[in-house]
Amino acid sequence: MKRTLADLKRGERGIIKEFSEENIPLKLLEMGCLPGNEVEMLQMAPFRDPMYLNINGSHLAIRREIALLIEIDLIS
Amino acid sequence: MAKQINVALIGNPNTGKTSVFNQLTGLNQKVGNYPGITVEKKEGICKLPRGLKAHILDLPGTYSLNASSLDENVVIELLLNKSDKDYPDVAVVVSDVENLKRNLLLFTQIKDLGIPTILVINMADRMERKGISLDVDLLEERLNTKVVLVSARKNTGIDELKEAIINYRHISDEPCVNASVIAPEYFDRLRKAFPKQSLYKLWLVITQDVNFGNINRKEITNSDYFDTKSHTELKKLQHKETILRYQFINGVLKETMKVDASSAKDLRSRLDRVLTHKVWGYTIFFGILLLIFQAIYSWSSYPMDLIDETFAFLSEWTKTTLPAGAFTNLIAEGIIPGLGGIVIFIPQIAFLFFFISILEETGYMSRVVFLMDRIMRKFGLSGKSVVPLVSGTACAIPAVMATRNIESWKERLITILVVPFTTCSARLPVYLIIIALVIPDRAVWGFNLQGLTLMLLYLLGFGVAIGSAWILNLILNIKNRSHFVIEMPNYKMPMGKNIAINVVEKTKSFVFGAGKIILAISIILWVLASYGPGDNFSNANQIVSEQYNDQNNISEAELDEEIASFKLKNSYIGIMGRGIEPVVAPLGYDWKIGIAIISSFAAREVFVGTLATIYSVGSDEEETIKNRMAAEINPILGGPLFTFASGISLLLFYAFAMQCMSTLAIVKKETNTWKWPVLQLVVMTLFAYFVALAAFQLLK
Repeated sequence: MKRTLADLKRGERGIIKEFSEENIPLKLLEMGCLPGNEVEMLQMAPFRDPMYLNINGSHLAIRREIALLIEIDLIS
Repeated sequence: MAKQINVALIGNPNTGKTSVFNQLTGLNQKVGNYPGITVEKKEGICKLPRGLKAHILDLPGTYSLNASSLDENVVIELLLNKSDKDYPDVAVVVSDVENLKRNLLLFTQIKDLGIPTILVINMADRMERKGISLDVDLLEERLNTKVVLVSARKNTGIDELKEAIINYRHISDEPCVNASVIAPEYFDRLRKAFPKQSLYKLWLVITQDVNFGNINRKEITNSDYFDTKSHTELKKLQHKETILRYQFINGVLKETMKVDASSAKDLRSRLDRVLTHKVWGYTIFFGILLLIFQAIYSWSSYPMDLIDETFAFLSEWTKTTLPAGAFTNLIAEGIIPGLGGIVIFIPQIAFLFFFISILEETGYMSRVVFLMDRIMRKFGLSGKSVVPLVSGTACAIPAVMATRNIESWKERLITILVVPFTTCSARLPVYLIIIALVIPDRAVWGFNLQGLTLMLLYLLGFGVAIGSAWILNLILNIKNRSHFVIEMPNYKMPMGKNIAINVVEKTKSFVFGAGKIILAISIILWVLASYGPGDNFSNANQIVSEQYNDQNNISEAELDEEIASFKLKNSYIGIMGRGIEPVVAPLGYDWKIGIAIISSFAAREVFVGTLATIYSVGSDEEETIKNRMAAEINPILGGPLFTFASGISLLLFYAFAMQCMSTLAIVKKETNTWKWPVLQLVVMTLFAYFVALAAFQLLK
């Protein structure tokens, strides 16, 4: 099953896999959202949107629709 | 005079760049605009040792040189234009020790432009607490530049930074990442086509959607030497470039930085757990808003009463001290009340900016964006619209500019269109004086009724703003692609110096900007009120005396007052006012309020000043504006003019009408067409008129 950033529960961590670059804003990459980097779910607003993440040391909030585009491997 | 060293301060948002700027320049700074655009330009002079001086330019915060907003365009335009008078001799990139990795991305880009670049690592005082250790010497070697550890908060490292600026000539201007490896052939062709240009600069010109005065993009892309890449291909290459830079940075930091994660468990996550909580987060946000409005209302009423009385006294004093005549009257009845109408704002504006800067400085504002995004999106807005909507309570102009970081054009346009509904500080004096007149000064359940009314008006402003956003969202057919990304900065104690400078600067520019308009209008109004056409005005004494000739019971003073009010009625302004009275009478206003409303279209804050000027013409008594208003009689219905019904009607009119030329001008500038400001003017004002009409007719 494909797992994306949006599937993470609070406190869970994952490693970012390759993603289709076209729909991902460049700014997100510049802030450290790159394949191979670690990501942790910190908080979620009601309805799990937006999501507050720690990506490679950067604390960011992104919307669920973008999180759905980013595949990850779960770290257990 | 020795040449000043031109320094550009560059950095990501939230790195404390402005604190470093404030520490370098102190109060020796000025805020202006870049020519032709509304991006704030902050510059200052820094005194260096050995009698040298540096001109410091605080560039807008940006995450990279890939510009995505007007503010970021400014950065790249300057750095690619060597003939600009502000082109830096040396760039100072400010970074935050906790986000060094991400901050270095921008650093490598700046350095690759061939500008000597000093790296400032700010918030160095936090290193120990965060378990971070740095090998600064090795970092300098790897990055091939000077690295300075600074704590703007503790004021350490600033002298070392000044020393580094003096010695900028010794800093290498060699690039650190060779970006051309992402597409060797492509860059090869570029090099052949333009052998004299720096490759990285060419690359930026090709990829950025910026107008460069000195370089023609077409000239490059139309050249025969290489095929033009499609937008998607360029974007792919930009992704590759970003990955390449991060590889370099990761390599450097692996050798030079160590983080002991065990000591890094911090306040941040504990605060976030509460402040972004599904229930507590919203409760706290609402509580903070309530607190701010109560505070503004009760704290600023003291200095405001004092200012009001002082100007009434000044006006009276001028009249009795200076020789009588038209000039004295102009000062006492035109200029002084007009000035009073400006100065009276200062307390609330200062308090409002004080609170807004605290919310931003602490990092709390980003949490609000996070909490509100989902809700705001239902109305076609973005979580980031909260910042403009909140700063719109100070002034719609900076608020409209603050929409620039909203990624989606549709969300941004809707935010711009509805922001003028929020209660800006120019409405505040109108609200305050009318609330004082028609709402009883009593406490209910521990809350002051007048304070509660004010809060209700603010909520009403927000409510209507959001409601109209919802309608706009349904009507506007704009294709929407949102790229919402927001940084959640670490919590910080606000720095007193930053807040003080912010409050002083913002208040100053507001008072001088609005002040000019208010002063000019009060002089015009005074002239219009002091002179009139025809016999009715010039023979006022005679006409009124004859009218009352057969009444013996009228005193000298009463007769004088009758003459004054007859004169005012027949002055130019009186004639104009009575002309529009039929339009405003159904709303419960007299012609004087009508005049005040019309002059308010220049700027709302003119209202109080206008009434002050109109009422003080011909009145000898030293009285405050409020007392004069309370004494006014409704010309049609009789009884006091300012009743509950007419007061509420006036409050609602001011809450909704689009009465600010400067806002219309800025909306035109930001949306690039007159369509949207004209729509605002017509729709908002008609809406205001009918709501006020309904309110008065229902309540009277």
